[in-house]
Amino acid sequence: MSNPVIRVENISKQYRIGVKQTRPDTLRDLVNAGVQRAGRLFKQGAHGGDESRDYIWALRDISFEVEQGQVLGIVGRNGAGKSTLLKILSRVTDPTLGFGEIHGRVGSLLEVGTGFHPELSGRENIYLNGAILGMRREEIDRKFDEIVAFSEVGKFIDTPVKRFSSGMYLRLAFAVAAHLEPEILVVDEVLAVGDAEFQQKCLGKMSDVAQEGRTVLFVSHNMSAILRLTQETIVLDQGKLVMRAPTPQAVDHYLNMGLTKQGERYWDQAVHEEKAPAFIPVALRVLNPAGEVVDTVNAAEGFSIELEYQLTMDITGLRVGIYMMTTRGEFVFTSFDTDDPQYYEKYTIRTPGRYFSRCTIPPDLMNEGRYVLGVNASVYRIQRYFQDDKALTFTVDATGAPGMQWPEPRLGPVRPKLAWTIGEVEK
Amino acid sequence: MENKGHNNDPVPVIHLRPAKGWLGINFKELWRYRELIFFLTWRDIKVRYKQAVLGITWAVLQPILTVLILTVIFGVLLRTPSQGLPYPLFALSALLPWQLFATALQRSSISLVGNANLITKIYFPRLAIPLSTVFAALVDFAVSLIVLFVVMIYYQHYPGINTLWLPLIILLALLTALAVGLWLSALNVQYRDVQHMVPFIIQVWMYASPIVYPIETIPEGTWRLLYGLNPMVGVIQGFRWALLGTAQPDLTMLISIGVVVVLLVSGLYYFRRMEKTFADIV
Repeated sequence: MSNPVIRVENISKQYRIGVKQTRPDTLRDLVNAGVQRAGRLFKQGAHGGDESRDYIWALRDISFEVEQGQVLGIVGRNGAGKSTLLKILSRVTDPTLGFGEIHGRVGSLLEVGTGFHPELSGRENIYLNGAILGMRREEIDRKFDEIVAFSEVGKFIDTPVKRFSSGMYLRLAFAVAAHLEPEILVVDEVLAVGDAEFQQKCLGKMSDVAQEGRTVLFVSHNMSAILRLTQETIVLDQGKLVMRAPTPQAVDHYLNMGLTKQGERYWDQAVHEEKAPAFIPVALRVLNPAGEVVDTVNAAEGFSIELEYQLTMDITGLRVGIYMMTTRGEFVFTSFDTDDPQYYEKYTIRTPGRYFSRCTIPPDLMNEGRYVLGVNASVYRIQRYFQDDKALTFTVDATGAPGMQWPEPRLGPVRPKLAWTIGEVEK
Repeated sequence: MENKGHNNDPVPVIHLRPAKGWLGINFKELWRYRELIFFLTWRDIKVRYKQAVLGITWAVLQPILTVLILTVIFGVLLRTPSQGLPYPLFALSALLPWQLFATALQRSSISLVGNANLITKIYFPRLAIPLSTVFAALVDFAVSLIVLFVVMIYYQHYPGINTLWLPLIILLALLTALAVGLWLSALNVQYRDVQHMVPFIIQVWMYASPIVYPIETIPEGTWRLLYGLNPMVGVIQGFRWALLGTAQPDLTMLISIGVVVVLLVSGLYYFRRMEKTFADIV
C-alpha cells in the first residue's frame, strides 16, 4: 500500500476539565480569585496551567492510515473519542501530541446545518452554508438547482428557514453538505435524524461518494449503516484505538465490548429503581447439557438458558422470557416461559418466592457465532417488571452441526438439521 | 497549511500538529477564504435589519437622533465650543467615525462566542469572524455618511481636496476597532467577563475622545500628546480636518497611529496564539 491519503501517528488530545471551584467566602477571596484569574489570563497560552488532575486524555496515541478511496468506519461508545478524532482530522482543533498528514481537502459533515441562520431564506442559507463549508460562489451557483432538487424544499426556497419544518430544514442542510466535493469526506451521525426515506437517500448519496473514489470517514452508532457502507472499521474505546478490522469483525467486537462473557450474569441486588420491586432478577445463565455454566455451547448438543429471579408479591399473568439476538442486533427469536398453554394455566398466579425459568434450545438449531440474550418479565399489556436487552452474550460452536463437511461459513443465525429427501423424478 | 477552495488545484497536503506559539498570519489562506468573509459580512448586515420595519434606515436614524441629543445638551445648554463650526455639524463629523469604531468594536468582541457553533465544527481561519463584523460596521457607516453630506450641504460646508485623505482615516478607525476587537474577542472566548465590560469601555472611551468637545480643550504639549495615546483622537482629528478643514493633524495623530500599530500587532499575535484553543474552550 503505497500512498495513504490520511496518516496519523500517535495523535493524542488532552482536554481541560472543569477546575473545581470553591465558593469564595468573602469578598476578599473573590477579589483574590479574580486577581489570580487575571494573572492566569496572560500567562496561559495553548498549554495552560500544569495541574495534571484537571486534565483528561480524550485521545491517546491514535495511529492509522487510510488509503485513497477507502470508506473507513469509526465506532465507539459515547465519549470514546470519535468526535474528537474527527475534529482533529478536520482541523477544528489541534492535537496535543502527535502529528498527521492529510493529502486533500477535508469536507466535514459534523452535524449538518452548521452556520444556518434561521432568519435567512433557504436560498440565502445555501450560499452562506456553502461558503462556510468551503465551496466557492461559482460552485454553489452551478450546483444550486441540484441542491434545491435534492432537498425537496421546492417553492419554500425563499422562505426564512425558521419557518421550515425540522424535516425540511434538515434536508436542505444535508443537501448542501452532500454537494461538497472534497477529496476526503468526514461524516458524523447525520443519519440519526430525518425520516426513513430521507435516510435512505442520504445513504445512497454516501455510497455514490464512495464509488467516485473519494475517501470517506464514517462515524455512526447505526451498525447496519456502518456494515453497508464500510469495508473496514476502527473501534475506539476510552480514547484508544482498540481494533482495526474488516467491518463485520469490528462491529462484533464493538457490540461485545463491556458485556459479560463468562456465561453467567448476576444482577446487583442493591441497585433497584423502585423501593420494593415485585420482580427481582438474580441471574441469567447459559448451560451445557451437563448443567455446567459455560460461555461456549455446542450447537449439535443443544443447551439451555436459565433465568433465576425472586418475587416479592403475588403476580397474576407473569411471563418471563428471553430474546435471542445476533451481536449485530438482529432478532433470532423471542420465547416466554408461559407460551405453552399448559403452563399458562398452571402459573396464572405466582406467589412470592424464588423461581427459575429454564428453556432448552434443541440440538442442531443455532448456527455458529456470538449471540446476545435479552430478558423480559412482564404481564401482557399491564406492566413490565424487568427488561435488559443485553443481559448476556455467549458463543455457539458449530462442531458437528449439519453440513460441516464443507468448511465454509453458513449465512443466517440458525443452522437447523432439516429432513431432506432426495429422489429421482419418475419419467 | 494548504487548503484550497476550488477543485482544479493540485491536491493540498495538510499537516496536523500540536499548536505552537507564533505561527504568523497566513494571508494567503485568508485571501482564499475571502468569499467566506464576504458571506459572513453579508449575513451580519442582512440579519441585523431583518424584521425591522425601517430596515437599514436605522443606520441613518441613529446618528441623527444622537446628534440631536448632543446638540441640545452640549451645543445649546452647555455652549461647548465647536471649532467655529455649527454644533450639529461638529458633533456629527466625530460621531460617524466614532460609531463606526464603537459598532465594530462591540460586534467583534462578541463575534467569536456568537459563532461558537461554527468554530467548534468547521475549520476556517478564525480571523474571518472578527474581520467580517468590522466590515459589516463599514456598511452602516457608508449609509450614515449620507446624513453627514446632507448636513454639510445644509450648512454650506463643501468638502475640499483634503477629502481625499478620508479613506485612510476611515481605515485607521477600522484598524483601531479591529486591533481592540482581536484582543477582546479572543479574551471573551475564555472570560465572558469581557462582554459585560465592553459597553462600559465604549462609554468611557467616547468621553475620552474629542466628540462632544473640541480637541483644543486638552492643553497643548505633554497632555495633548498623552491624549493622542487614544487612537480615536487621531481618527476624529483627521476626520474633521479632511472634511471640514479644522486644524491640521499634528504629532498627536502620529502617536495615535503608533498606538494602533502596537495594538494591532499584539492583537494579531494574541489571537493567533489563542486561535488553536478556541474550539476547545469556547
